[in-house]
Amino acid sequence: MSLLRVENLRTYFDTRSGVMKAVDGVDLDVREGKTLGIVGESGSGKSVTALSIMRLIERPGRILPGSHIYFEGKDLAAASERDLEAVRGNRISMVFQEPMTSLNPVHTVGNQIIEAIRLHRRMSARQARERAIELLELVGIPSPERRVDAFPHQMSGGMRQRVMIAMALSCEPKLLIADEPTTALDVTIQAQILELLRQLRDRLAMAVILITHDLGVVAEMCDDVAVMYAGEVVERGSVEAVFRSPQHPYTEALLRSIPLLGMTKAEPLNVIPGMVPSALRWPVGCRFAARCSYASDHCHRKPPEMFATGSGYAACWLRGDTVERSQPGATADA
Amino acid sequence: MHEPLLHARGVKKYFPVRSGLFRRDVAYARAVDGIDLDVGRGETLGLVGESGSGKSTLGRILVGLMKPSAGELSFDGTQIADLEGAELRRFRRELQFIFQDPSGSLDPRMKVRDIVGEGLDAQGLERGARDRLIAEMLDKVGLRREAAECYPHELSGGQRQRVGIARALVLRPKLVVADEPVSALDVSIQSQVLNLLVELKRELRLTYVFVSHNLAAVSYISDRIAVMYLGKLVELTTTERLCRTPLHPYTQALLSAVPEPIPGRSRQIVVLRGDIPNPIEPPSGCRFRTRCPLAQPVCAEQEPQLMPKSVGAGEHLVACHLA
Repeated sequence: MSLLRVENLRTYFDTRSGVMKAVDGVDLDVREGKTLGIVGESGSGKSVTALSIMRLIERPGRILPGSHIYFEGKDLAAASERDLEAVRGNRISMVFQEPMTSLNPVHTVGNQIIEAIRLHRRMSARQARERAIELLELVGIPSPERRVDAFPHQMSGGMRQRVMIAMALSCEPKLLIADEPTTALDVTIQAQILELLRQLRDRLAMAVILITHDLGVVAEMCDDVAVMYAGEVVERGSVEAVFRSPQHPYTEALLRSIPLLGMTKAEPLNVIPGMVPSALRWPVGCRFAARCSYASDHCHRKPPEMFATGSGYAACWLRGDTVERSQPGATADA
Repeated sequence: MHEPLLHARGVKKYFPVRSGLFRRDVAYARAVDGIDLDVGRGETLGLVGESGSGKSTLGRILVGLMKPSAGELSFDGTQIADLEGAELRRFRRELQFIFQDPSGSLDPRMKVRDIVGEGLDAQGLERGARDRLIAEMLDKVGLRREAAECYPHELSGGQRQRVGIARALVLRPKLVVADEPVSALDVSIQSQVLNLLVELKRELRLTYVFVSHNLAAVSYISDRIAVMYLGKLVELTTTERLCRTPLHPYTQALLSAVPEPIPGRSRQIVVLRGDIPNPIEPPSGCRFRTRCPLAQPVCAEQEPQLMPKSVGAGEHLVACHLA
């Protein structure tokens, strides 16, 4: 069952140099209780996709007509601000990369959690405080009844990220969107936070969208994956299938360019030549063609459609000959 | 091991912590606290650790960007502390540094040509020779010739890091310390720069100290790896041994925490409790004991020394009572 279905999402930004097509026709599917990884490099549009789902795009950005974000029977793309307020922070919550900048430095972490709770729940101040302490305990903060009165700067980066997660979970959302939640953290602290997210996801039966540039984190945390490149999803499917046998040349090249533990410099790393094109002027055909070792003339001329690959979908002409075309909005799960 | 090119003994760096009306030094953050380390000629030594481990501070001390509070440092057989004038300048040329953030370390008002050429100016080269060296270097790091006329903001992150590498290598140093040289770059660009560093090392017969928190990248490029925790070395051995048979519980936890892009991999992740303690008041005895899953009473009482463990061939140093 899908909990969230995104269809043809397009989010553009009007800039002085032209229209930046940051997200340009994205389809996604998040299954209930499952974790979807959105992986991509900077400029691929993964964070803008997340903000669009929350409808947190402000001028000069805009979500184009024809975009659909179906969640619990509603199209958030067309929802009123009032309807959105009932969803944001309540049914869908978000955790950001940098906990220090997302927390208010002049309020205690307790008061910030209490505010988040009382925004959506009728609760007395005392009840909300009890709940905040409970939440801090849930996210593994030691002596929560004391820490509830601490200020963000009195906590370490890992602890602050736990507070952010506590706040995001305050209303037991059905979907948690975590945008690079561990990128700013050290490896051993990252392991703690990922472990925590895993436990909470299972305990609260919530779905997660995990946005990351780290393919290792995806392999460890996610059921499904969507690989983004230049504002588009170029491949999606189960993590197992996509990582074992990537169907899009970009996914394949990316997987082969990361050093694994135990690899030595005797084996040169795969290199993806060149760089990501500009969102102001995406190439006419396949946006990856200029960096792709399989590209033909056709690829440079005509953008590929999304083809079903047996285990998922890939936007690559190489996959077009043998298998039937995908239906728009069809889901990747078996 | 090769004859060491760089030889460090008892290197310390304490940063004063000031407080009160008269900004008196009230305490010291012991960023680097007694490091013995040899870097062999032609090797790549990886220096790994998390934030607060002191790895970047040590890296800066090794190339002379920062003066140690105590300890001895000799390069190519010469005590660095004794050097003055022209000799010191020559020595500075032979030790170069590559910064993490290629944008922050390049002067935005200077063209690439002058950024790369700045270090050459002290040599009093004539213009033609200078330009030739710059062009040659840009070519070596894979930048087009036209890039010489660009300003840093006109380049991508990967290209800027190439400029940083060119600037470091144009002086033909013997030793290069690279501090997180690929961490700020996108995944697809990281492999370009890692491969470039490996090629250049071979071509220019360089010695590298590669400082990073990214164990996979460090193990890929390094011959030996030194693991730091809270200002101390906890383990030092060949890359192969460290990855295969890590002896220090911290190294074990660090290795197990690296997420690898292999789904369904069954492995035991050692999740450490808590955070790295404050370097102003490090724990007594072993500094890792507050987070160590194996800690014993002895770990609080005695500080473990970095000692050779004789398991098979190859040097393997560990600072742990229990290893």
